[in-house]
Amino acid sequence: MRYFTLTAQSDRVDLAELPQVGDSAVRMSRRQALLALAAAGGALAAGPLLGALVQGSDPADPTHQGMEPLPPRRWAMVIDLRRCDGCKKCTEACQAKHYLPPQQEWIKVYTLRDRTGAEFNMPRLCMHCEDAPCVRVCPVTATFVDRDGLVLVDQDKCIGCRLCMAACPYEARYFNWTEPKTRPPLPTKATPEFPSPQQRGTVGKCVLCVHNIKFGQLPYCLEACTMGAIYIGDLDADVATNGTETVRLSSFLSENNAIRLKEELNTKPRVWYIPGHGEDLEW
Amino acid sequence: MVATAAEFGEGAALRAAAFRPVQTPGRWFWPVFAALGALVAVAAAAYGYQLLAGLWVAGYGDAAFYGIYEANLVAFIGVSYGGALVSAVLRLTNARWRAPITRMAEAMALVSLVVGGSFAIIHLGRPERIWQLVTRPQAASPIVWDVIAISTYLAATLIFLYLPLIPDLAIARDRLGPSAGRLRRAFYRVTAVGWTATPAQRQRLNWSVGAIAILIIPLAITVHSVLAWAFSMTSRPGWHSTIFGPYFVIGALYSGVALVIVVVAAFRKAYRLEPYIGLPHFVSLARIMAVLGGVYLYFTFSEMLTTGYVRTREEASIVAVLLEGSFAPAFWGFMIAGILIPIALSLVPATRQVRYLVLAGVLAVVGMWLKRLLITLPTATAPLIGDVWGSVQFTWVAIVITLGATAAIPLGLMIIFRFVPILALDEMMEADSRELPQPVAEQPLGAEGVL
Repeated sequence: MRYFTLTAQSDRVDLAELPQVGDSAVRMSRRQALLALAAAGGALAAGPLLGALVQGSDPADPTHQGMEPLPPRRWAMVIDLRRCDGCKKCTEACQAKHYLPPQQEWIKVYTLRDRTGAEFNMPRLCMHCEDAPCVRVCPVTATFVDRDGLVLVDQDKCIGCRLCMAACPYEARYFNWTEPKTRPPLPTKATPEFPSPQQRGTVGKCVLCVHNIKFGQLPYCLEACTMGAIYIGDLDADVATNGTETVRLSSFLSENNAIRLKEELNTKPRVWYIPGHGEDLEW
Repeated sequence: MVATAAEFGEGAALRAAAFRPVQTPGRWFWPVFAALGALVAVAAAAYGYQLLAGLWVAGYGDAAFYGIYEANLVAFIGVSYGGALVSAVLRLTNARWRAPITRMAEAMALVSLVVGGSFAIIHLGRPERIWQLVTRPQAASPIVWDVIAISTYLAATLIFLYLPLIPDLAIARDRLGPSAGRLRRAFYRVTAVGWTATPAQRQRLNWSVGAIAILIIPLAITVHSVLAWAFSMTSRPGWHSTIFGPYFVIGALYSGVALVIVVVAAFRKAYRLEPYIGLPHFVSLARIMAVLGGVYLYFTFSEMLTTGYVRTREEASIVAVLLEGSFAPAFWGFMIAGILIPIALSLVPATRQVRYLVLAGVLAVVGMWLKRLLITLPTATAPLIGDVWGSVQFTWVAIVITLGATAAIPLGLMIIFRFVPILALDEMMEADSRELPQPVAEQPLGAEGVL
């Protein structure tokens, strides 16, 4: 199976074809809604239905806390593989600034070989899929999509069943198998947007530095990248930046034959990769 | 102290045998009870340690997020299923030989379901939040389907055990006398719900047992399909398979019938039930087991062939580790000792002896547990990007908890049979009476023909 699939680029960056991001915490696709109906009908149980109703109007829902009335964004990330030298400064910065235990590589740099045998580096973070399998399988809506399309985890709600780890096709999710030894110096309240310290027995993953980008700051991994390989952008505003240069996102993606990981799974990632110059992509 | 044969009245010997575990369980009972109880207690202590230390003590890691507990969950719930199905199907097909074994099969279904279901809690990182599955369920999640299916099925197995028990509980209420003790007598009085075997009561009971026997079949299929779907609703190689629902169902049935053989043999020996349960019972059960084993073999072959033939990158790596890689010894060991040998022992006339059939059952039960590990481990440790495999550690915590859970099944059955008869008395007497030929010869010959 290929990790990257080449399809016509115009399909991918045609913004009109991308679905609009709603405000609800967990956007349900039509398929999910059907599944939900089927499951609810099959349950014949008042308890779950009641819970589902209550949950819809939960004022303590994390997505409604501390959100400024800014227009919704459709965050996207682009990783230019031609520039990545595999130094792992992105991983180190992410771990240090999120106070993560060493095995939690929210951005992990894989060293892979293409079909010609040539080594290349591929940083992998959470793809923040528009149709995220992890969100679909979470039994308690602990993992959810925020209004800007970011997939976040509420570690106060996670029961630690790890089905999201099974469902994620990108190995982007990590479990706190033990009490995390790394903690912020000041006692802070962990939130889904800045989940530090991590909670034992729950799942953690890349938050695309929503705590930064929401306020116009750059993600830590991007800041740390000396090669300028990581871009953050907004599909609606159609701009992206790696901190030093700013590009028009749609043409940047199409002109560079940008691809998404495991396109065949239809998860619609928000992270694009720019592969090397004419390399064989089927590793 | 003990109700005498005279007190038992009709069918005295049978009743005495069925109530022996209740009245005089035997000298071995308390030592065995203590040993099994100790295993369960040690497992509980290990679980306490896991709660304090975190799930890593069970051998997990980020590159091995599922492992032994998930295999246990599937394996223990699976055997439950076999118990319920054997009893239900044999009831519905009116197989009279079933009567002496249904009680044990139904009790085993209940106990192993409780034990298996507990692994759904044991494997959680935050078990104290499990109530959220009820208060904030996300209906599209297979785990929510699991919760609904397993709890419904638990209720059904309880009813399925209880309904046919009512006439037997009434016998206990009427015949056991003060020697049974105050607690038991109160228990029998309440649970017998005023059964006096009137025709109306009997008709209602027969209807209800028939209804639950029919209901429990789709329920049991649902439970195990949903359990399979928790795996196959992911895109992981080895799990994302359309065959998984029926594949799990057949595996559950196969291991379940095998455990019925083992349980029946163990309690037959322990409580001297040889007059009521003989070789024909084991031969019949073993034949059912052999057929199911054959179907499981076919499913396994079908899965390996379709994925191994097309050889997409990720699927091929799973097939490769099973057939010729690090899991190959376990896989081929299962295929031979877990399926082929049990089938052979069950069908070959030369091994048509209780001990060989029990051996076949043990091999099938252990083999199917191993097979569940072979379902969870390769996929949970396979890389989705790159080629670095993870690995599961077999830690003492996971092993002790697994052993404790295994011990909990005989322990639970021993406790149940301290309170209720181990044989389905009423059904057995009914089956006997139906088999008795009517005294045709005593009717005046041609008495009606004259008219």
